[in-house]
Amino acid sequence: MKFSILVNEGPYTHEASDAAFQFVKAALAKGHEIYRVFFYHDGVNNGTRLTVPPQDDRNIVKRWSELAAQHKLDLVVCIAAAQRRGLMDKSEAKRNGKDADNIAPGFRISGLGQLIEAGIQADRLVVFGA
Amino acid sequence: MSEENAGGVAKKFLYVNRKAPYGTIYALESLEVVLIGAAFEQDVSLAFLDDGVYQLLKGQDTKGLEVKNFSPTFGALEDYDVTKLYVEEEALQARGLSAADLVVPVEVVSAQRMAEIMAGQDVILNF
Repeated sequence: MKFSILVNEGPYTHEASDAAFQFVKAALAKGHEIYRVFFYHDGVNNGTRLTVPPQDDRNIVKRWSELAAQHKLDLVVCIAAAQRRGLMDKSEAKRNGKDADNIAPGFRISGLGQLIEAGIQADRLVVFGA
Repeated sequence: MSEENAGGVAKKFLYVNRKAPYGTIYALESLEVVLIGAAFEQDVSLAFLDDGVYQLLKGQDTKGLEVKNFSPTFGALEDYDVTKLYVEEEALQARGLSAADLVVPVEVVSAQRMAEIMAGQDVILNF
């Protein structure tokens, strides 16, 4: 089956990102396809490479980046939600006159249309959080 | 808009709004998805349950909150061909409201009917 995933909550405060990650990992292990993972609301904070969790805790952002590299996942952060919350890639930082970017490897910033398209293209859209 | 959709096969999208308009950003960002999604020419419906019914309440004044009152946007949804708005009757009643208190015409449905509407969808986005 072809799944798309929507993550609506940030890391650590809420279980949504953990549950989505475990779902994606399990689905891939069973041979299913993940069309896209879309991050919205505070979920965009899953895409900042500046998180430094305690060493005895899971690294949620790094975990997503590694899974993306391993399975060529499409991790998309909503641009409007990201701008509100200070998540930038290089071109966004430049465009908005900011002195740094903070997007983690494997994530890309794009529009809400990518969420709708993910819903259209997948057999199931599974929502985590909110 | 998408290639798959060029043949005219639209999916049924339902946006489920359960939260009050202010206090959290979910309602506002849900509406942003609805507006962007309208360009994809899918079969779109909106559902309002729980405190989500407050999103449609007439006479919202957000000056003191210093946030934007986005309730007038619901009146513009018709221009985006988004015309199916379902409001749960039990949610209205529990809050002492009726359809007359809302900023746009809606279809008031029972919780049971709402469950049937949900069961008939392809994609449900809950906010």
